[in-house]
Amino acid sequence: MSTLSDPPSGSFQLSMLINDTRYRSYTFQFVALVLLVAAMAYLGWNLVQNLTAAGLNISYQFLGEPAGYDINQTLISYTSQSTHWRASLVGVLNTLLVAFLGCIMATIIGVVVGVLRLSNNWIVRKLTSFYVEIFRNVPVLIWILIIMAVFVAVLPQPRDFRGDNPEASMVLDAFAFTGRGFYSPAPIFGPGSGVVIAVFLASIVGIFAFRKHARKALFERGQLIPTFWPSVALFFIPAILAFFIMGRPIGLDYPELKGFNFQGGIFMRNSLIALWFALSIYTAAFIAENVRAGILAVSKGQTEAAASLGLRPNRIMNLVVLPQALRVIIPPLISHYLNLTKNSSLAIAVGYMDLTGTLGGITLNQTGRAIECVVLLMLFYLTISLSISALMNVYNNSVKLQER
Amino acid sequence: MSDTHAQTVAFVRQEMLPEQPPPASEQGVIKWMRQNLFDGWLNTLLTVLSLYFIYKIVAGAWPWFANGIWTTSSLAECRELLEGGVGACFSVLTERWNQLLFGFKYPPDQYWRPTLAFVLLLIAMAPVLFSKKFPRQMFIFTGLFPFIAFWLIWGGSLLTPLVALLGFVAGYVAFKKFEYQSFAMGMIAGLLATVIVWWLGGFITGAAPGFMALEAVPSRDLGGFMLNIILGTVCVSLSLPIGILLALGRQSDMIIIKWICVVFIEFIRGVPLITLLFVANVVLAYFLPPGTNFDLVLRVIIMITMFSSAYIAEVIRGGLAALPRGQYEAADSLGLDYAQSTRLIIMPQALKISIPGIVNVAVGLFKDTVLVSVISMFDLVGMIRGPILASTEWNGVYWELWGFAVLLFFVVCYGISQYSQWLERELATDHR
Repeated sequence: MSTLSDPPSGSFQLSMLINDTRYRSYTFQFVALVLLVAAMAYLGWNLVQNLTAAGLNISYQFLGEPAGYDINQTLISYTSQSTHWRASLVGVLNTLLVAFLGCIMATIIGVVVGVLRLSNNWIVRKLTSFYVEIFRNVPVLIWILIIMAVFVAVLPQPRDFRGDNPEASMVLDAFAFTGRGFYSPAPIFGPGSGVVIAVFLASIVGIFAFRKHARKALFERGQLIPTFWPSVALFFIPAILAFFIMGRPIGLDYPELKGFNFQGGIFMRNSLIALWFALSIYTAAFIAENVRAGILAVSKGQTEAAASLGLRPNRIMNLVVLPQALRVIIPPLISHYLNLTKNSSLAIAVGYMDLTGTLGGITLNQTGRAIECVVLLMLFYLTISLSISALMNVYNNSVKLQER
Repeated sequence: MSDTHAQTVAFVRQEMLPEQPPPASEQGVIKWMRQNLFDGWLNTLLTVLSLYFIYKIVAGAWPWFANGIWTTSSLAECRELLEGGVGACFSVLTERWNQLLFGFKYPPDQYWRPTLAFVLLLIAMAPVLFSKKFPRQMFIFTGLFPFIAFWLIWGGSLLTPLVALLGFVAGYVAFKKFEYQSFAMGMIAGLLATVIVWWLGGFITGAAPGFMALEAVPSRDLGGFMLNIILGTVCVSLSLPIGILLALGRQSDMIIIKWICVVFIEFIRGVPLITLLFVANVVLAYFLPPGTNFDLVLRVIIMITMFSSAYIAEVIRGGLAALPRGQYEAADSLGLDYAQSTRLIIMPQALKISIPGIVNVAVGLFKDTVLVSVISMFDLVGMIRGPILASTEWNGVYWELWGFAVLLFFVVCYGISQYSQWLERELATDHR
């Protein structure tokens, strides 16, 4: 029997490199490697020739030179005399800012819409599915441009706020929504405000510790400790007490109309708002479908089994349905976050200065260093996506069903 | 027992009561409304809010739409006609529809060519999309379509696409001749035959440039929604075979090939499409031989194809992974080699599983084709932002133009996703 399936033993022959499956894979890999190296060498040779013909070279020294252009929305201090490196850093922070804001808002809208799509209410169901379909099926670039156009066209200009009988007025005397952007009060931190912030942070840590304690008590001793109202109290009371004890160290700087524009407060440029809004509602349409699929994926038997154990509806949701639904929801959710971050590079279409606008836009055009700029740009996005997918793998492994 | 019972019971009903209709609140529209719209205070609140929302939208949009003006030649004339009232200025669409659809450089007397190509595209896709309802012979036309479409849209001599087609035919014939030796031999022979025919054909096309020639249109003159459709169809159809190869490579046991594929896929998926378009626009030229001048559309097609093939590869890898191990083993035990088992056993099933994912990628890719407007190509969005909104006649017409763009994309993408759901139901078999 065994002689039949034994490979024929004999000395190695050259034709076995093609005809014998044991060696053929080496041949293929060798050919592939040679082709790859040849292609790389060909491209590299072309690159060298083209660069010498154009009198260029690859160097990153331009990053140290003054940028010479202004950026209208910055998180760190920046002037037109700062270096290109500083400008790229501003761009990175702006990208991260819009991605962070967008992820939060997309999650909130997405979860609400996803739950509403499962509602008993016919009209709500139709309305939300209309929202999901229309936003999923139209390019996000069009939404960004539409929302930008709406902001500029519909919202009043700062000059409309002037005069005795202005056409527009500030909301609560604190927020101004103009076509140029949104103005809101900014906190001013006086002496002693550090204590208030420290107390606030400590109370947040306290909330988590308390909830952990309550959960432990429930799982180990079967003791039910109410958590909701104590958490709310912990969140507000210590910080407010500290605020008054320290003599109200934190004030607010209200935006005021001075000359042609508002001064003071926090200013968010219209391009940031439009981009943030468009990315959130576009991504939220995908997240809504995700959430819906996740909730539907938990079989009805789970809910019924939990109910027959005598659990109340909110406990069924917290202890039985959500943990199982989250397992389905979270991996695609994270990849939607990633997509949102990558889509934020469309900022260039509305003039928001993210990394694509600074490094890949003005810096590239000014210095003419196309290869260097695009390489740095790609490296940045690659780092973000690879680190997020590494995180996702860790999460997936931690929630994987432990099967036999 | 029963006797005494019968005597003690005073009255026994002999016949059934006639059926009563359910109470008015438990039937028809009223019941439906109670269950679906006014079930509890929260639901009622949601209903009222939604109705109010819909009312606001309709009340705002209807007069705008109904008073729409279709016949003026500039926004200023629209405003004069409206006399300060609310109304849309749809005349931008009636006046500039050709630019929105074909771009502003395509010669107007040649519009019939892309239109005909689009109609033929529908005919060519019909047997692919609805394979059960159309005869198999139509696939021949599907195979011929790319060459016809190239000739129709770009114009020039008919010989160029004809030689390209002959090259493929020769390659296929050579492949069939040598396939019995081994799959690899067949591939090599096919490639050789194709290259030889193209090389020989180069002389013929050079000798007779005017043979059945249409007016040549350079690809930088393409634009409008036509450009989106061209980029979408070309890139999706090119990226399918490449994606299959990448997916197989990523699953392969050969370490070097596997790592080449992994690095390519992860790199492409990690960067936004817009950076790849920057590469096409400003960087790719550095890597081509000095003196060559690829046109921008071709460079963009190369980059978008790379982009979408990486995504399609991941979808197909999912399909391959979902296939039960027994299928691979069964193919091996039948004595099929790798090429045969992949082509006959594995791929048909894996592709079937991955159809919804592939359609998702296709829809996403079609939407992403508008990004070419960022590198100053005049697709639909580029046309709206550039030549139309910047013109003196139509500066300030936002809603009508963007509404038109939304409508076009929504119709196409929603149609595709509905088709995919239909196909999924059609292909669903209980044993997978």
